Amino acid sequence: MEKHDFREVLQRSPFFPRADALSQVKVWSPWNGYQTARIYDTLASEYFAIRSSCSVFDMTPMGKYRITGPDAIRFLTRLVTRDISKLKPGRVTYVVWCNDEGQVLDDGTIFHLGDDGYRLCAQHNQLDWLLISALGMDVTIEEETHEVAALSVQGPTSYSVLEAAGIDGLQELKPFDIVNTFLDGFDVMVSRTGFTGDLGYELWVDPNDALALWDAIFGVKARGLYDVRPIGLEALEMVRIEAGFIVPGDDFNTAETAVRADRSRSPFELGLGWVVNFDKPYFTGKRALLEEHARPIKRRLVKLSTEGNKPPHDSFLYDGKNGQRIGTIKTAIWSPILKSNLAMAEVEYIKGKRPAEIWAQIYYQKELEWKVVWERCEISGKPFWNPPRRNATPPEPF
Amino acid sequence: MKSYDAIVIGAGHNGLANAAFLAKAGLDVLVVEKNDYIGGATVSRELHEGWQYSNCSYVCSLFRPEIYQALDLGRHGLEVVPLQGGVTFKQNGDYYGNYHQPAIRRREIARHSKRDADAAIRFDADLMKWCRLIRGFLLRTPPDPASFKIRDAMEFASLLKSFYSLSESQIYEFIRFFTMSIAEYLEEYFESDVILAHFSGGSIIGTGLGVYSPGTAYVLLHHAMGDIDGNVGSWGFARGGMGSIAKAIASALQSYGGNIRTGAEVQEIKVRGRKARGVVLKSGEEISARVVVSNLDAKRTFLGIMNPKDLPEYVIRRAENFKIRGSSGKLNIALDGMPDFPALEKGSPLTLGHMHFTDTLERLERAYDDWKDDRWSADPYVDLVIPSQYDPTLAPAGKHMVSVFVQYCPVEAEGGWTEEKREAFGATVIDQIANYSPNFKDLILHVEIRTPSEIEAETGLTGGNIFQGELTLDQLMFNRPFPGYAQYRGPVKNMYMCGSSTHPGGGVMGAPGTNAAREILRDLGKVNTTPEDFGDD
Repeated sequence: MEKHDFREVLQRSPFFPRADALSQVKVWSPWNGYQTARIYDTLASEYFAIRSSCSVFDMTPMGKYRITGPDAIRFLTRLVTRDISKLKPGRVTYVVWCNDEGQVLDDGTIFHLGDDGYRLCAQHNQLDWLLISALGMDVTIEEETHEVAALSVQGPTSYSVLEAAGIDGLQELKPFDIVNTFLDGFDVMVSRTGFTGDLGYELWVDPNDALALWDAIFGVKARGLYDVRPIGLEALEMVRIEAGFIVPGDDFNTAETAVRADRSRSPFELGLGWVVNFDKPYFTGKRALLEEHARPIKRRLVKLSTEGNKPPHDSFLYDGKNGQRIGTIKTAIWSPILKSNLAMAEVEYIKGKRPAEIWAQIYYQKELEWKVVWERCEISGKPFWNPPRRNATPPEPF
Repeated sequence: MKSYDAIVIGAGHNGLANAAFLAKAGLDVLVVEKNDYIGGATVSRELHEGWQYSNCSYVCSLFRPEIYQALDLGRHGLEVVPLQGGVTFKQNGDYYGNYHQPAIRRREIARHSKRDADAAIRFDADLMKWCRLIRGFLLRTPPDPASFKIRDAMEFASLLKSFYSLSESQIYEFIRFFTMSIAEYLEEYFESDVILAHFSGGSIIGTGLGVYSPGTAYVLLHHAMGDIDGNVGSWGFARGGMGSIAKAIASALQSYGGNIRTGAEVQEIKVRGRKARGVVLKSGEEISARVVVSNLDAKRTFLGIMNPKDLPEYVIRRAENFKIRGSSGKLNIALDGMPDFPALEKGSPLTLGHMHFTDTLERLERAYDDWKDDRWSADPYVDLVIPSQYDPTLAPAGKHMVSVFVQYCPVEAEGGWTEEKREAFGATVIDQIANYSPNFKDLILHVEIRTPSEIEAETGLTGGNIFQGELTLDQLMFNRPFPGYAQYRGPVKNMYMCGSSTHPGGGVMGAPGTNAAREILRDLGKVNTTPEDFGDD
């Protein structure tokens, strides 16, 4: 096999030449081995592109696996906790999967591609686990991360932008639907999915067609019709917390990477009990999860908002002001659209019950001077941000 | 006649560390060393004009940072620079590049096997679990499981507690890990031949075992449990060579008022009334001391410098049976320039790390087979490093110092070592390198060839065994060096052991010397100057 160029420590996605040209600040981060923009222009302009117009995010580095063969559905049923027997061709569903101890290895989405099998998208590298799990099954599992280029186009005008770019067939596309369409003679697969909690689509193409896809979308802006902006990882982090999506590795340790015995988490502890189905055929981790389910829950990852205007970065949580420590913040942001501090936090439950009160001790800094405040926190059972336009079919035109 | 509070026999890094902590506690300490220079196997000397040879140990990772800090070794001149990555060359012109940057390392593993790239994540996390468990015991005296003393019971309970902090499945895995061969262990993760070969190398270095011998999985852990500034498993170069470690500890020792005498080989530990009283030098000179500490290996201590009549029969028998088989050779080479490795792209960072030339487990096992027949490996495993790429003090500008560790080399070549055989051994190793570096031979200015026989002659390590005794479960923790004698105290009163024959074993760690100092200070009722483990929650 061909040797690497050791100078190219991070890989470049097929969209890189365009991303690089539009990057005004050249701030990059590694994501799954790819050189990925953290920010293109300013965080605020990118955030509001997602919430008020149209944003484009290069999601090529997302781990993708193709699962085919007679036992593909049997394999996936065994792998994930959710009942996926009703997943129809052309549909997508959110899943998590666990090890034998019922500890979460990763979360992701399954795309039913009809005769082409299934695509599993995952946050972390999963090939080893997928192959271990495939023992004894007539199934083929191939990583296709680098063979499929993908853009996430999100925001209230995303439908109008894609229409104007020449992509047809989106009008009746419902959330979690997939459509195979064409653009200027090349295949584009579009799914109405995303990580922003807003109206949006994910577009999947052959890497050779990547630049043509990018140019068609940004061409809409060049023609003066709608604003379209590239966004980086930082803006995505804000909107995914608003939408209540969790990130393995940031909000919890995945079971495979956890070194200390109590550092991995079950789906119930992550608030993902709704994707665990005990009525389906046996799945990995079921026995452990059944046992755990019978006991009161010990802790939960929760969506937490705090009062005031200081985001509770890295804060400890207490059961009262100056009380007992009962948890920690994992990730936190200031939400410009909700004018609120939003966080993912882990909180200890006592006898299966959430604490009556939660307070955060928040350290913050103004001009290099550190200060501390106590703020009351509230657990949110629902996503912080879930506008009607997200699910409206047909989408609102502009 | 002057009498010391303590005499430490052997100025290797453990002897010096032991003496330094005793001196720090206010004891009047003397270290006696047979060679005209200090360091033991932690030594650097100018063996070719302009070149510093670290001709025994050559890289550093295991040295405990707690000791570094407690003896203020940075101010005494020690600096350990992390070394980056490594490479295993394949016979077909390809290689596996173990890049130091994770993104390209992952892609490189995937080039050989996509699955292995993901399995490496599982492997790293699992190895880290065992590292975390064992690291907590490096700076502690092993409990005696058969003892009813409160301290032993408490320590043993603490050991069990750490063990049971693992999950049920981790406990099963851990027990398996200690008894498995490295080949079988790695095959539970990886499928690519070159990946298997690359990661198994660390588990045979210094042992008289092969990659398929049970127990070698632990040796991998022994080489992975160190750290540089918290990066567990990282290795580094001591600036100025490994001798800098010994020099820095010696400087700390002297700053506390301790003394070192070189060219002073001990003939015998003086024992009267079942108590150690001092030492007799080869010169006939007698030096008295309240406490005598041996940094020599268990065989050399009990069978070499102690009178059998002073020892229990059990100790003699255990010492005779102590497994301390030499299996390693070393070439130290002065080069006129940087050698080419045509398989690598120009400017590749892979020469900055450990370089290997054995690309399958089968070749590694065959190399071991030769050793069992008292032959050096015809196709040897080597760990080649070029520290002069980092360290300007080792060779003149533009020239290089190459350290080549060789596995396997017998203690006694069939019929005994001769000068011709030693040269032939060296030629075998150089040919192995030259297979992958065509200009290597042309650049050679000077070579020092060391078989276990030379290593033993210089350092005193029995059989040239670099660990002062095999690192197998029967000789680890409370079994090291022998059951009942794992707490650094010898069989006669006031006599102690502080070398790598004691827990936690070999490698330039400093922990045995430090742990022994803690026990000595405890027995003498002195304030403890040895550091606590940094801990790691």
